[in-house]
Amino acid sequence: MSAIEEREVSLTPASDLLPRSTSRDLAQFPLPNGREEVWRFTPLTAFARVLADEATVAPLSWTATMPEGVSLEEVPVGDPALADLPYPVDRPAALAQAHARHALRLSVPAEAELAEPVVVRLTGNGDLAHGQLVVELGAHARATVVLQHEGVADYVEHTSVLVGDGAALELVHVQTWQDAAVHAGQVAIRLGRDARIRSTQVSLGGAAIRLVETVEYAGPGGDAELIGVYFADAGQHIEHRLFVDHAVPSCRSNVLYKGALQGESAHTVWVGDVLIRAAATGTDTYELNRNLVLTEGARADSVPNLEIETGQIEGAGHASATGRFDDEQLFYLMSRGVPQDVARRLVVRGFFADVIERIGVPSVEAQLLAAVDAELGEIDPTYDFTDLDALEAGLEAIGAGAGEHRA
Amino acid sequence: MSTLEIRDLHVTVEADGGTKEILTGVNLTVHAGETHALMGPNGSGKSTLAYAVAGHPKYTVSSGSITLDGQDVLEMGVDERAQAGLFLAMQHPVEVPGVSMSNFLRTSATAIRGEAPKLRLWLKEMKGAMERLAIDPSFAQRNVNEGFSGGERKRSEILQLELLAPKMAILDETDSGLDVDALRVVSEGINRVRESGQTGVLLITHFTRILRYVQPDHVHVFVDGRIAAAGGPELADQIESEGYAAYLPAAATA
Repeated sequence: MSAIEEREVSLTPASDLLPRSTSRDLAQFPLPNGREEVWRFTPLTAFARVLADEATVAPLSWTATMPEGVSLEEVPVGDPALADLPYPVDRPAALAQAHARHALRLSVPAEAELAEPVVVRLTGNGDLAHGQLVVELGAHARATVVLQHEGVADYVEHTSVLVGDGAALELVHVQTWQDAAVHAGQVAIRLGRDARIRSTQVSLGGAAIRLVETVEYAGPGGDAELIGVYFADAGQHIEHRLFVDHAVPSCRSNVLYKGALQGESAHTVWVGDVLIRAAATGTDTYELNRNLVLTEGARADSVPNLEIETGQIEGAGHASATGRFDDEQLFYLMSRGVPQDVARRLVVRGFFADVIERIGVPSVEAQLLAAVDAELGEIDPTYDFTDLDALEAGLEAIGAGAGEHRA
Repeated sequence: MSTLEIRDLHVTVEADGGTKEILTGVNLTVHAGETHALMGPNGSGKSTLAYAVAGHPKYTVSSGSITLDGQDVLEMGVDERAQAGLFLAMQHPVEVPGVSMSNFLRTSATAIRGEAPKLRLWLKEMKGAMERLAIDPSFAQRNVNEGFSGGERKRSEILQLELLAPKMAILDETDSGLDVDALRVVSEGINRVRESGQTGVLLITHFTRILRYVQPDHVHVFVDGRIAAAGGPELADQIESEGYAAYLPAAATA
């Protein structure tokens, strides 16, 4: 029996998967029973607490490091600043908006260019918590924002990311929870005219994670680069869903998600829904999901789903593949003297290298590499090469030299 | 001077119908600096011998011994055998997703040599070895064997042979599927390793073609899981003209 289950075909059009909700009313999102298309991969018992209509017991604590010119404040529910936020697309997101005691609002003024990243650490306090966050960049602002989740909680999230006209945001949303944590919710991105975002999801810790990232374009010229890295261990469920709604002309979306799995019943789900509406001429979109199954008994589900309602686009495509690190590959590497643990690390590091490089926030890249390494255990320092960049640069020089030689 | 000694080696595999004995008592001694050709028809067990020496988990040694310079190879793990100086150029090397050739080769060299080669020297070494085998520079950034043509895989195996400079190299049908130009390039690589005098070579082949480029000191005919005849290069000439019929007891005359 194969260790891999893979589904590449979805029979449901993207437009039906995440209906445009037009209210924050919880009643439109009843408790799922598991037969719904959007819940069929999700182990509902693991998520029972975060799906329940219950009040927050222990909110997350937060601390932040912030450069000058940024404001971070708790805004009361009902504040006019929260009136026009994106609607929730599923029950956890609606619960988060309904039960969060306040909204945590990070605001970067128009035309501000932050030299240093804003890092917000959100720490669980061991019980049910609802969080509503707003990250807002004024027109032509530039910022890097890291939202890092730690500790233990049953955490239900709705985060609105509002990128003003011509603004550019690097957003990194990191799940380095402790083992018992459960996390569900939505990151709702709204891009203004000519606004750009590179949004990176990093899911490593926790027992069960299910996050939906939505992108809407408020004007033409918007550009969303959506990156994800996830690593599921035994018994862990990590689910990332994307819904990119191209409803206006000349916008771009590019998705790259990569996941590794090891251990019995490690389960990952990636669902990438891209909808190009009739009005969205000149759209350019591509999405790619790759999974690497390191051991028997792990399962990766991958469902790219592209629906196109106009022929007048720049490009649209998707790809999905799940590979296995198997005994023959291990034998091959070991037959060249490479010890087993080093072989495994070589494969996993190499697999993640291109996606980690694209994050563009050095401190996060380093943290992520270290976290991936930690998933793989201790290593003999002999093999801990720190000069991979120099190796790559040297190789390019070789390529150039040989090219001249041939010419 | 290194010596590989294989004594009365019996090897089994688990097949559908139960345990099957593939090697039925192999005796073979290879010294560094020598080249032995192991020739035999398809299904005679040649590749099984190669994989059993390398330690592939599919093959079980039921009796007999393999030693390298007196050390018990059968007690070693797959990686330890390579570190001790054994090398197997595979007929069908697998693709390894996510691992670039450059990173793989350097990790392997680190494992075999016991320390990481200095970056500058290593780049020079790799560049030189790749040029000699007419391997395109872009090759270093590709993933191990991923999308390689048959010829590229064979060149890659010989590149590793040159870079790792083992005490004993077993080359499993390295000649198969190569056109004449590729065969010549690959043979030159093997001959460069031979010229060092430090490496013993066991060349497994079905055909005599490669032996025109890589001249063996000894030729063994392998039939039914053991060596049926041994001699000098003239034995290869005899097989070239007469085939294996003389060594196939019943089938040939029935």
